[in-house]
Amino acid sequence: MIKKITCIECPKGCSLAVDIENCKVVSVTGNECPKGEKHAKAEVENPMRILTTAVLAEGLAVKMVPARTDKPIPKSLLMEAMEAVKRIRVERPLGVGEVIAKDLLGTGADLVSTRRVEKTS
Amino acid sequence: MVSRDLVIVGGGPAGMAAAVSAYENGVKDILVLERDQYLGGILNQCVHTGFGLEYFKEILTGPEYAERFIEKVTRVPEIEVSLKSFVVHLAKDKTLTYIKPGKLETVRPKALIMATGCREKTREMVHIPGTRPAGIFSAGLAQKLINIEGLLPGKEVVIVGSGDIGLIMARRFTLEGAKVNAVVEIQKQSRGLLRNVVQCLEDFEIPLYFSHKIAKIYGKDRVEMVDIVKVDEQFNEVAGSQFRIACDTILVSVGLIPENELIEMAGVELDKNTNSPVSDEVNETSIPGIFVCGNSFKVYDLVDSVTKDSVIAGRIAAEYLRSLK
Ligand code: SF4
Repeated sequence: MIKKITCIECPKGCSLAVDIENCKVVSVTGNECPKGEKHAKAEVENPMRILTTAVLAEGLAVKMVPARTDKPIPKSLLMEAMEAVKRIRVERPLGVGEVIAKDLLGTGADLVSTRRVEKTS
Repeated sequence: MVSRDLVIVGGGPAGMAAAVSAYENGVKDILVLERDQYLGGILNQCVHTGFGLEYFKEILTGPEYAERFIEKVTRVPEIEVSLKSFVVHLAKDKTLTYIKPGKLETVRPKALIMATGCREKTREMVHIPGTRPAGIFSAGLAQKLINIEGLLPGKEVVIVGSGDIGLIMARRFTLEGAKVNAVVEIQKQSRGLLRNVVQCLEDFEIPLYFSHKIAKIYGKDRVEMVDIVKVDEQFNEVAGSQFRIACDTILVSVGLIPENELIEMAGVELDKNTNSPVSDEVNETSIPGIFVCGNSFKVYDLVDSVTKDSVIAGRIAAEYLRSLK
């Protein structure tokens, strides 16, 4: 079976034709670089996404701390991960890349800050 | 009046890249005027990934991309940054008047780089008939409310236009627990990047209607529903194709226009269609010594291109300053 998917690894958005047999990828065409093939495999077998969001801050110079998972997590867990994110409060100053929550939902991915956040001046 | 070699208006990606580039090309007296309380501009509210792949060969979020430049700018003592500084007037001789909390200041630079970015087109510019209730936002304003202010402006959303910010906001609203009932695009294809259609709409099964438009907005105090109708090749409504969707919020994401009112005030010639400065060379304007870069020169798809463009602006401003001596 040939499935058409759009590669989302870079802004080019190549249109990939993925040949699938028994839920496994046999071949990929249409990718302009090797990342496309990797993406097609993951997309068919276990789609992953980086979660980006903003976390409530308390007593800091900003109201919201922008955050991301430091690696992709399963797409099917995005909404559940957001439920966890909504319960978190950031109360201390953070640098870019500092961990806000370790091992989100047991995915192995940490939620990290994407902005330098200081105390209220 | 204070005199300066170079003033840059705007501390977003364009202004910061121009400042660093001008410094590296020999300018040693630079003032950056930023109206917000921090550097970074619109990148601060763009918490999603998709930045930096070209320029840094890395996938970054907006704040991370900004931080790379904030670090550089704040490390150079020759670049002075004035925050909460809002320029209200620009004269032909480049004299700038700006307000700071409690103060009105003027400064006259030898060279001026405008890095004022762009703004969103509004409902008024696309003519959507109906009432004028609360609940209609530009996509970027909604983005600011959610990501900076921590406020969710609605629970049931219809998005007009498939620009990238609209697509990104469809996902953002969904992740925050709101329901996006439709994205309505009058064109036959998406205005935004294909990858955003995939990861922002398809991932969450949000319906996207091409060749459709909003026929009417209903609601007295708050938006209550919209009529959506199919359009033909000439954008005329197709009879009998109308359907109704309930919603309390409408986001408008129909494109961006360069923000150039200040240079227009100074007498720089603007293209009436694009609002870009009329110029023979990239970044130059009809007034020598006034340069424009980034999205205020031309609306770019990627911040990486804004950076590249602004690096050039910083260099040609430095060359201009050298030519004065
Ligand atoms: S295949 Fe490569 S070039 Fe094409 S969209 Fe994917 S990452 Fe980009």
